[in-house]
Amino acid sequence: MFLINCPYCGERDQSEFSCGGEAHIVRPKQPTELSDDQWAEYLFMRKNIKGVQFERWNHAHGCRKWFNMVRDTSNDKIHAVYKMGEKPPVE
Amino acid sequence: MTKYRVNKTKHVDQTKTVSFDFDGKSYHGFEGDTLASALLSNGVHLVGRSFKYHRPRGIMSCGSEEPNAICQINEDTNLTEPNVRATEIELYEGLKASSQNCWPSVNFDIGGINNFISPFIPAGFYYKTFMWPKSFWKKIYEPLIRWSAGLGKSPTKPDPELYDHKHVHCDVLIIGGGISGIIASKIAAKKNLKTILIEDKNILGGSTIFQKNENYKINDKYSGEWIDEEIAELKKLDNLTIKTRTSLAAYHSYNYLLAKENISDHLPLDKRNGGIRQRLWKIRADKVIVATGAIERPLVFNNNDRPGIMLSNSVKKYLDFYGVSCGFNNVIFTNNDSAYETAVSLKEKGISVEIIDIRTKSNSKIVKNAEQLGVKIYWNSTVVNTFGLRKINSVEIMNLSEDGSNIVGDKNRINCDCLAISGGWTPMVHMHTQSGGKLDFREIDQTFIPNEIDKNHINVGSCNGDFELEEIINNTNKKVKNFLKVSETEFDNISVLNSKELDKRNIWLLPNFISESKCKSFIDFQNDSTAKDIKLALREGFKSIEHVKRYTTTGMATDQGKLSNMHALGIIADTAGVKMGTLGTTTFRPPFTPLTFGAIVGRSVDNFFDIIRKTSIHEWHIQNKAKFENVGQWKRPWYYPINDEGLHDAVQRESKAARDSVGILDASTLGKIDIQGTDASEFLNRVYTNAWSKLGIGKCRYGLMLNEDGMVYDDGVTTRLGENHYLMTTTTGGAANVLSKLEDYLQTEWPELDVYLTSVTDHYSTASICGPNSRKILKKIFPDKDFSDDAFPHMSYQNCKIDEINCRIMRISFTGELSYEINIESKYGKSLWEKCIEAGKEFKITPYGTETMHLLRAEKGFIIVGQDTDGTMTPIDLQMDWIVSKKKYDFIGKRSLYRSDTIRDDRKQLVGLITDDPNEILEEGAQIVSDMSKKPIEMIGHVTSSYFSPNLNKSIALAVVKSGKKMNGQKLIVPMENKNINVTVSDSVFLDKENKRINA
Repeated sequence: MFLINCPYCGERDQSEFSCGGEAHIVRPKQPTELSDDQWAEYLFMRKNIKGVQFERWNHAHGCRKWFNMVRDTSNDKIHAVYKMGEKPPVE
Repeated sequence: MTKYRVNKTKHVDQTKTVSFDFDGKSYHGFEGDTLASALLSNGVHLVGRSFKYHRPRGIMSCGSEEPNAICQINEDTNLTEPNVRATEIELYEGLKASSQNCWPSVNFDIGGINNFISPFIPAGFYYKTFMWPKSFWKKIYEPLIRWSAGLGKSPTKPDPELYDHKHVHCDVLIIGGGISGIIASKIAAKKNLKTILIEDKNILGGSTIFQKNENYKINDKYSGEWIDEEIAELKKLDNLTIKTRTSLAAYHSYNYLLAKENISDHLPLDKRNGGIRQRLWKIRADKVIVATGAIERPLVFNNNDRPGIMLSNSVKKYLDFYGVSCGFNNVIFTNNDSAYETAVSLKEKGISVEIIDIRTKSNSKIVKNAEQLGVKIYWNSTVVNTFGLRKINSVEIMNLSEDGSNIVGDKNRINCDCLAISGGWTPMVHMHTQSGGKLDFREIDQTFIPNEIDKNHINVGSCNGDFELEEIINNTNKKVKNFLKVSETEFDNISVLNSKELDKRNIWLLPNFISESKCKSFIDFQNDSTAKDIKLALREGFKSIEHVKRYTTTGMATDQGKLSNMHALGIIADTAGVKMGTLGTTTFRPPFTPLTFGAIVGRSVDNFFDIIRKTSIHEWHIQNKAKFENVGQWKRPWYYPINDEGLHDAVQRESKAARDSVGILDASTLGKIDIQGTDASEFLNRVYTNAWSKLGIGKCRYGLMLNEDGMVYDDGVTTRLGENHYLMTTTTGGAANVLSKLEDYLQTEWPELDVYLTSVTDHYSTASICGPNSRKILKKIFPDKDFSDDAFPHMSYQNCKIDEINCRIMRISFTGELSYEINIESKYGKSLWEKCIEAGKEFKITPYGTETMHLLRAEKGFIIVGQDTDGTMTPIDLQMDWIVSKKKYDFIGKRSLYRSDTIRDDRKQLVGLITDDPNEILEEGAQIVSDMSKKPIEMIGHVTSSYFSPNLNKSIALAVVKSGKKMNGQKLIVPMENKNINVTVSDSVFLDKENKRINA
């Protein structure tokens, strides 16, 4: 059970949060100009790496804010949390 | 006092007798006893039968590692519990316990025949045998295996007890109240840290508390006396919480731990008074110190499982802590020094003891001590066989060859009534590994010890591989000081005297003159796996320890292999000729000891199991005998039977009334989201498939929401309340998800939009009045309002007042009838509803539930998201092309509507079905086929909604069918279990195709 440092509320139990999958996948500005393959890339393809991964999290049972998290999926160490729109911290 | 109670100790109060039953027979023990110590004091060793071979088994240990002495307690009461370890349960007046896994009795067990046919039931027996003939499986094999499988009996009556959860935060959590845990607690608490110490036994002190031996002294006191004083001081510390009878169940990441506190399990049933039985502690600790100790290893030799064969240190604890001698003619079989402490204890009390040691010598102080007391020692020897049916009566020993791989010389038989075995010690690394920690293998004593990299927890004492008293104290002190950043402690200059073990020898599987295939050398006592089974698994090609474990079931019993895992690993390593350290261990999973379901669920039972949401009109529905349906967490009226009406009759009546006169529905549960902001219109343009910019203020519009993959996600009517203000409705079940999806897009994709979302579902109650007479009722309630089509057209809204209370009236329809929805602040919901009923009396207003609502909308071919759609339906599949804007540049899911997969014309598409027999009602979910002759029969679709329409006087259904759009008029078949139903594909709108009724 993680202890997650919500950038708006501080440390809270994992049960207050929900994970929204891989971060920094930007919705294309002009979807209609994409080929099926390009659109499928946005729609379906996710990395799911073993190791350091960038994820979206939502403080669903708290402030309802979305934010980003850098987590090592091999040992669940959370390296950083940062607000939406902020640049990911450099490793 | 019974003859086995040879010693008076301060831990058992021999003035207070406690009577209890075991297998129907009455016995006496004393306050302070466990069930196991009380049984042993009565000379009872045989307490159960083994799982597979039904061999007689006795009490083996004194703690949670016990594999044999597991009982059913308080059978036939609603408090009964299976698989309780007799070594852990505290004795109380009136306790009733019984053996498990034997029939008809533990002394005479029919299943014992398995023991004699055991050569024919090797590892994997079930997998290999019950394969053929195939037809035997269901009727013969499975019931038979099920009857004989499983341990104990589950309770059949509801659990009357209360369970509780407690959330705790602390600076330091110490797991284990033995000597190292006590030292750590004292240092932490004195540093002014909020400290919690948990201990699974009812007192602190671990195995030091009963230590009174010249060879083990701390500051010139017996270690047992020293620790008594430490505990007394510990209890005076303010910021230390000591929780005994509390066992750690799980150690999760980020120092989140679960511990189970037994509050009333040790009390007689009549003294529990309906209080809390167990409490699950949910602890978030800044730092954790694991001091869980070590478990003594058994030795693996032929027939090592007879009653009377026990772990050596347990024999010592029964003697020195409980005052019970497990036998009067003891033999100890060991490979290490710690068993000599047991010998000295026995000898000092005048009890006969001899030692068989696989080592050739040991020159430690404790061994010398035993020799001086006259204990006979057989060096370089091993037990090759044991005798005695229901209790051991003798052992046969032989000498070992130099390399230990074989036996030499003659057999020598020694009589005994208790064989104490010791194969060394295994650090309890469960907690360390559960938290994600790794292990290192230490060759010298063949142990896995923690490899610490996590900065937030340490392991101290024997769970860290420190077995000598001096090491335990000094290393614990040093590590805890470093961990908690303390510069000096009272333990810095402590004088410790202990015997040091210098000579070690370990043989995982002891050699024998009998061929391996005939030896019963048990590794896992509870699951009856032997060394032979492990070797068979290796011969059959299983290499990974995880596979061998599952194939042989070693370590898979309720004790989770606490005694067996190391031997299994050792034998695999020896047999395969690999180093044990390279094999790794099996995964240690929580819980450490079994948890009750009660402790896991806590108070979340009955009404607290899930949230129940009720509308403000709920009381009225109950008074009017509504049957309810669960929709998400909501309770919604399903139908309102009159007298003894069933579902069908009530729904037919309600549906007819709504079309012929007027009906009323509680629509309060629909999700409502208040949308405000200067970009609100643009936002709706992006989330709905249709266009919103031109919707006039005061107008309503139906919207369809897709996922980015183009599939229908939700629908509902949204009303424009002002220039920058909308009220969106969602499906009842989808409300929370829609809000979170919209928030997601607003926060992450379109943060530039000025839009604010608020869930107002609970703020308003909604009465939906529908039918040709609805306008007349509205007119009665709001006499000043003009309800003409011109003044108040379909798909518009107006603000009104009832007795100064504001309400909104939307003229929208989910039934195709003229209908109005009145929204009012929730607290006035019931009075509004009652007003409507009152005003509707002259028109025989009929309250209707969800079932009628579903029927009415199906007559009009309106979809229900989640019933007619299942996450694979696009609006095009639903024949709702009209709602998908061609002009808008983008909306959620737009691009997906012309992916190669979504433009296929053989997708399942929504159609209507008419049965050839108008009285035949299809089953929802039934499959649809077109050609019965070609096998396998292709299923081309399924029925999604089906009703008998009282307004059309025939059966109607909605269905999704491959290429359904092109099938109008085509005959299809719905095959059922006992007949085939002929149907014809039709338009999905069955009633009032011209939409005349809406303006009736």
